[in-house]
Amino acid sequence: MNMTDVDVEVNVVAPAVELHTRPFYWSVRRELWENRSIYLAPLIVTAIVLFATLLGTFGLPKKMRNLSNVDPAKQHSAIVRPFSMAPAPIMLTAFLVGIFYSIDALYGERRDRSILFWKSLPVSDRTTVLSKASIPILVLPAIALVLSVATFAILLFASTFVLLVTGTGAGRLWSELRFFEAPIVMAYGLIVHSLWFAPIYSWLILISAWVRRVPLLWAVLPPFTIMIVERMGGGDSFAKFIGYRVTGAMKEAFTMRNGHLVEGLSSLTPWKFATSAGLWLGLIFAAACLAASVRLRRNREPI
Amino acid sequence: MVCIEARGLRKTYGSTIALDGIDLRVEEGRVLGLIGPNGAGKSTALNAILGLTPYQGELEVLGRDPWTEREQITRDVSFIADVAVLPRWIRVSQVIDYVAGVHPRFDRAKALRFLDKTTIKRTSKVRELSKGMVAQLHLALVMAIDAKLLVLDEPTLGLDILYRKQFYDTLLNDYFDRSRTIVVTTHQVEEIQDVLTDFMFLHRGRIVLDCSMEDFESRYTEVMVRSENLAAARALRPIHERQVFGRSILLFDRIDRDQLAALGEVRTPSIADLFVAVIGNEMAQGAAA
Repeated sequence: MNMTDVDVEVNVVAPAVELHTRPFYWSVRRELWENRSIYLAPLIVTAIVLFATLLGTFGLPKKMRNLSNVDPAKQHSAIVRPFSMAPAPIMLTAFLVGIFYSIDALYGERRDRSILFWKSLPVSDRTTVLSKASIPILVLPAIALVLSVATFAILLFASTFVLLVTGTGAGRLWSELRFFEAPIVMAYGLIVHSLWFAPIYSWLILISAWVRRVPLLWAVLPPFTIMIVERMGGGDSFAKFIGYRVTGAMKEAFTMRNGHLVEGLSSLTPWKFATSAGLWLGLIFAAACLAASVRLRRNREPI
Repeated sequence: MVCIEARGLRKTYGSTIALDGIDLRVEEGRVLGLIGPNGAGKSTALNAILGLTPYQGELEVLGRDPWTEREQITRDVSFIADVAVLPRWIRVSQVIDYVAGVHPRFDRAKALRFLDKTTIKRTSKVRELSKGMVAQLHLALVMAIDAKLLVLDEPTLGLDILYRKQFYDTLLNDYFDRSRTIVVTTHQVEEIQDVLTDFMFLHRGRIVLDCSMEDFESRYTEVMVRSENLAAARALRPIHERQVFGRSILLFDRIDRDQLAALGEVRTPSIADLFVAVIGNEMAQGAAA
């Protein structure tokens, strides 16, 4: 059969139905489908943390009874420690997942050629890059926050339960713990770190859009080389610069006393953080990296 | 209405010329086959049309510049670039949800109807499907999009013949409706001959032949010439001559069929025959020059 033999049908062209679309929302969901570690890794770590700390609650009644033997200055931290330590592994996991996610973000789609499929759909490069950047900067901190608060709550209820059942009484625990402040401090900590680390994630995303192979090496080697070269020349300003980027959020957003974190809302210094040059220079760098990633992705082909 | 129009379309990669000033005009409702050997510039031409690569010269797709206005064009242009570009980790149900979520012209019910005709399970991941099933899935997605232009770059490469045949049959029966335009590249010329309304031969970044199927059937004649007529036949300047089982088959362009019938057995060549003749001549000329 040849097309020329077919009678031309009268085509009543129906007005094209335009359906409502949410490219950004679906792009983020797409990332969660592909990278299940985004929620699985923090979940697994949370389960381990909960298991360990819940085991610890069995020793709680004894600890509370023996508290009078402890130096009064250390009594408070002995009670509070499991609660303040529990969220740390969860947040660290979220950070590490964010690092490994970002370095593959715009590389994986080129390696498996699926970029040709994504580009065949009306999702702009900007939407794609921003949806990928939102994973380490928004989604992972949000997951970490929910899990940290949940861990805190479960631990608090379990401890209270154990103390009440054993007749030790939970009054001391509840008076020492600032349990209403804890979620706020966690949220604050996650937000400041997310903003502070945004340039790191964005740099990795840019590298993932740029290189043709071993993105991790390309991301790590240049700063590492600069550090070594500088060290050989006797300097360490670049190493300090990198160090500041890794630990600076703690320094700028919290007050430390004698090298220890001050507890509760009084330890937060949001104004100091919001006016630190490191924050804004970092955010400008992050925006530049993401803008460059958008431009790069336009030209990108499978590798 | 003109769907694609190019004037002096050029693309170079370093010192390699991928497209050497192409003029092209594809009207709405045509099915154009871009045919050429490897490295002829087919994929480059398609990438330029899809706005995936910058270019020199003029190019308009649906009245827009595909490079600068790519975002507007993607709603009206669908493409299957290559086989096996669907991500291997995605589930069938997920990819349908995703396309439905981002494409304003996607008809989910239609996609599901196409899928129901196959053995593809909604819960399967792409990595669990055979190559042919992945092509069926991709086709089901693309056919459910109400696009004005569909671009296919070697859509059936690596599939077995049953899937290849089915692919084009489905495309023609369930998708093509004369208000849409299709541009397709392939190596398997024979298989798309019945599908096309027009075809072009590309060689070394140039269009060496641009022909509609109507013209093709009236212009070209192949004659199995009886040996005593060989000299007379050659005098009519055939564009190509080949030997099959010791007999000469000559291909003529714009020679009266009745005149040729006197020389031997006359038939309409296939596009593949014409391709071998035209590109073969081009290559011979290239070698001589």
